[in-house]
Amino acid sequence: MRRVNKDERARISFTLNGRAVAGDAESRMLLTDFLRYVVGATGTHVGCEHGVCGCCTVLIDGAAVRGCLTLAVQAEGRAVTTVEALASPDGSLSALQQAFQQHHALQCGFCTPGILMSFTDYLARNPHPTEDEIRKVLSGHLCRCTGYAGIVAAVLAVSSNLP
Amino acid sequence: MKPRRFDYVRPDSADEAVAVLAEYGEDASVLAGGQSLMAMLNLRLAEPAVLIDIASLKELDYIRVGDGKVEVGAAVTQNRLKDWPELAGKLPLLAAALPFVGHFQTRNKGTVCGSIAHADPSSEIPLVLATLGGEVVLRSHRDARVLAAADFQRGTLTTAREPDELIMAVRFPLQPTGRVAFREVARRHGDFAIIAVAACVEDGDTVRIGIGGIADRPAARRATIDCAAAAKDIFESLAFELKGYDDLHASARLRRDLLRRIGPVVVEEALRCAA
Repeated sequence: MRRVNKDERARISFTLNGRAVAGDAESRMLLTDFLRYVVGATGTHVGCEHGVCGCCTVLIDGAAVRGCLTLAVQAEGRAVTTVEALASPDGSLSALQQAFQQHHALQCGFCTPGILMSFTDYLARNPHPTEDEIRKVLSGHLCRCTGYAGIVAAVLAVSSNLP
Repeated sequence: MKPRRFDYVRPDSADEAVAVLAEYGEDASVLAGGQSLMAMLNLRLAEPAVLIDIASLKELDYIRVGDGKVEVGAAVTQNRLKDWPELAGKLPLLAAALPFVGHFQTRNKGTVCGSIAHADPSSEIPLVLATLGGEVVLRSHRDARVLAAADFQRGTLTTAREPDELIMAVRFPLQPTGRVAFREVARRHGDFAIIAVAACVEDGDTVRIGIGGIADRPAARRATIDCAAAAKDIFESLAFELKGYDDLHASARLRRDLLRRIGPVVVEEALRCAA
């Protein structure tokens, strides 16, 4: 039985983007804060911090989930994937990121990391979604700049190139 | 915001979870998918002294068919059940309702039993469980018991679960016919339902009707619908009886009006379904 008492800082380790990471955290620390402040991976953004806006979406064992509704201690032993994993080490963008750029699917970019992670999971399960299906997945995110049209166009474009 | 401090416990078995619950009772909250509880912790609407995390208990991560029922363990996520290949054949009403539960991203973590435990009056899963006459399986260090859905959900966010009880599973009765329909009205897809209506034809013209979002818990009725006027009459009297409530999303009057308009359509859709 794993136990972390409230006044204790526990050693937490998991795999982040294929690399082992570890750090100390209180039981109440959210995964988003652990990523940003303990590990220093600031690609994951924090918007509403109660599961509504979707900015903080990361993959845990491949599934897109809200980082702000996950405790850091719950990530122990898991594989966490964040937006930092999408581009190649040489900086070239993934197909999804390129499509976002081409279709003006972002303006300020604050919500973008979460949306990219959602569709990374969703397109792996359903490589050829309809526009309606894309909009349903997108309903789990809030973007205040784009009006969503560019995002839908980008996902449709990238899915048309998938096998 | 950030949660208040709490002791975090992740038991290795359901037995251990029940033992920890026995120790802390009212001071503990059970964490499964956390799609409601974590938000409440972040907003400090919930401030448990101890959090018992059952999300990774393999023994509760099962979908089992038997005895005329589908039993879903407490660690099964909503998306896992939604993607279960036998769902549409065995529980078509649930298959119709699950896409309306939250969003793709929240269903990846949110659990079926967690939705039952949270008992939001506008939630789809409690509505389906009530409509079909399902059961909730509870266990404590004292005993184990099974409650009918109608006895389990007592009001808004209120259930018959004792503080030392763990929800082990829920059971959905297999549907005798595939003739079902489900509709809901919300501001956006995935938002809380302003009104949700479920219908399931039992046999002939006997229909189970469920309504969410209009009272402090799902309303489930069994009715004989032999003509279009009968459907209209039933929803007319249900709107009068259930009254509805005012909140940020809709007035009670709008809820009643939506029920009168959508209810008969849903019932007719279910009756028209080819078996």
